[in-house]
Amino acid sequence: MDGDAGGMTVTKADNQARADAAYIAQLIQPHQVHRDVYTSQTVFDLEMQHLFTNVWVFVGHDSQTPKHGDYFTTQIGTQPVIQVRHSDGQIKVLHNRCPHKGTKIAIDRTGNTGTFFRCPYHAWSFETDGALKAVPLDRGYENTGFRTTANAGGIKPVGSVHTHRGFVFARLAETGISFDDFFQDSLSSLDNMVDRSPEGQLEIAGPPLRYMHKCNWKMLVENQTDTCHPMVAHQSSAGTAVRIWEELGNPEPKPAAMQIIAPFMSPYEFFEDMGIRTWPNGHGHTGVSHSIHSDYSAIPGYFEAMSAAYGEARAKDILDENRHNTIYFPNIMVKGPIQQLRNFIPLGPDKTLVESYIYRLVGAPDELLARTAMYNRMINAPTSIVGHDDLEMYERAQEGLLSDGLEWVNLQRLFPGTAEDFSTETVENGTTERQMRNQFDAWKTFMTTSMPDRKDGKR
Amino acid sequence: MTDFTNSQIIDFIYAEARMLDEGRYDEWLALWLEDGHYWMPLDYQQDDPHLTTSLMYEDMFMLKLRVRRLNGARTYSQKPKSRCSHVIQRPFIDLLDNTAGLYQTNTSMHYVETRLDDQILLALTATHDLKRVDGKLRIANKRVDLLNCDAAFGNIQLLP
Ligand SMILES: [Fe+2]
Repeated sequence: MDGDAGGMTVTKADNQARADAAYIAQLIQPHQVHRDVYTSQTVFDLEMQHLFTNVWVFVGHDSQTPKHGDYFTTQIGTQPVIQVRHSDGQIKVLHNRCPHKGTKIAIDRTGNTGTFFRCPYHAWSFETDGALKAVPLDRGYENTGFRTTANAGGIKPVGSVHTHRGFVFARLAETGISFDDFFQDSLSSLDNMVDRSPEGQLEIAGPPLRYMHKCNWKMLVENQTDTCHPMVAHQSSAGTAVRIWEELGNPEPKPAAMQIIAPFMSPYEFFEDMGIRTWPNGHGHTGVSHSIHSDYSAIPGYFEAMSAAYGEARAKDILDENRHNTIYFPNIMVKGPIQQLRNFIPLGPDKTLVESYIYRLVGAPDELLARTAMYNRMINAPTSIVGHDDLEMYERAQEGLLSDGLEWVNLQRLFPGTAEDFSTETVENGTTERQMRNQFDAWKTFMTTSMPDRKDGKR
Repeated sequence: MTDFTNSQIIDFIYAEARMLDEGRYDEWLALWLEDGHYWMPLDYQQDDPHLTTSLMYEDMFMLKLRVRRLNGARTYSQKPKSRCSHVIQRPFIDLLDNTAGLYQTNTSMHYVETRLDDQILLALTATHDLKRVDGKLRIANKRVDLLNCDAAFGNIQLLP
């Protein structure tokens, strides 16, 4: 190890990093990935060390911390962090660790710390941007050299923070790709979700569902654009709902629950036609022309409020965009038409915590939020009859991948036969696995950005 | 007009738990009034089922769907099937109004659900709103508060 007493970053030896880069490059081929990406502790550790450090990762929404001192604790990868509102009104993201002995500064999920943080162990206190404020009996540190250590700087902030229309993202690394270069035009999905508020503003609506998955986080991300599974895996729930409704004589109008669940049984052609768009850096979405969210009934007063705010033509444009699932690489999914965000938090190679948040469209009728809350609990709760079958598939895959019968996982649906270019926006058939391949292309890039001698030639 | 005694109301709560444990769902559904809701809040002391997320807030359509799905040929998460057991404490009777035919009970339970090698234990309090209809007790609403409602769970597949 080559750190020193002054607290320099401890880095792995270069030759180890070279071996890591070569290993990572071997795991990804244009049409398939090695099962190690889902099962290996080594790969997981490298993901935490490199991928989740190099890219912009979702933290939270600014309405979770509206006032000075409001904080919210979460994770970036496996790193515990605090999102907090500083005295200047800015959102800060800090490593949740006292610079003294390492004690987590904030333990509860949300709270208000007042005008400063105070470590419960030895009462070191910090400004809400992390700066060290005071240490009790601080003459004990006189002439010790303490003031020159990194620890004397206070609670360390993450490398960079960017808030886009209320959504807070952070990059752990001090330097690296900028927010705009990383997300580019993919931000249009977040924009559409926010534009659906007549006031252009979202507000968090209660705590998230928290659903523990004994599988790799990437299985969940891939599933979001897997349009060939709903009619199969969800036949037991959505198919049964459609059958019960038929037995009742298909009465109209359908209640909200039926409007939500029935489209899961749409035929393959529906999903083929809805299209998949991919953006550079692993982002992409299903539902380019239409989606399973297109045919929800209109809520009285909503279009009027939107027209008053935006003018009728613009309001119609906003509401005609019915994107299904948008992946913000690496680990969130956004559903614009129902104001839902799902955060796939990696805890281990075979353990993922899924947090599903919903947001209120400020200025819109409450019925929209009621439908959103219904969607969340019907589809994404640990008690959900839809979620049950998804989790069953992931956990079976996690177990099945331990089989030595085959080592590679196939991603070849609508693969063009030769390596694809993911550097420009593309729209393709809605059943393609291109978005999954796009994610792994970005995965390889950002896994190896901070490793020397990258084998793929990019730098 | 039938007057219900404490003991008849308590027996009703025990019998309902037994139906769930034995998977007698048709009988269980028949206990419910058509406009009833099974509510399992997500947040401690949550007071609104509509505008924030719950774990469950299901009307009769959703409950019938849930129950029918359990026995489907392609219900993959129920191959093999889960089993459950409710251990219930003697219910408190918080309301007994034989004139109006309205009753409310508060019952602490330990709920165990198992499938393959996994088993979960949940502590909960169930609040039943009961109504007398045609001389019989029926479930008007049921609220199930999990002690650890804000914890991260794996699948909870049957009915706590
Ligand atoms: Fe699914």
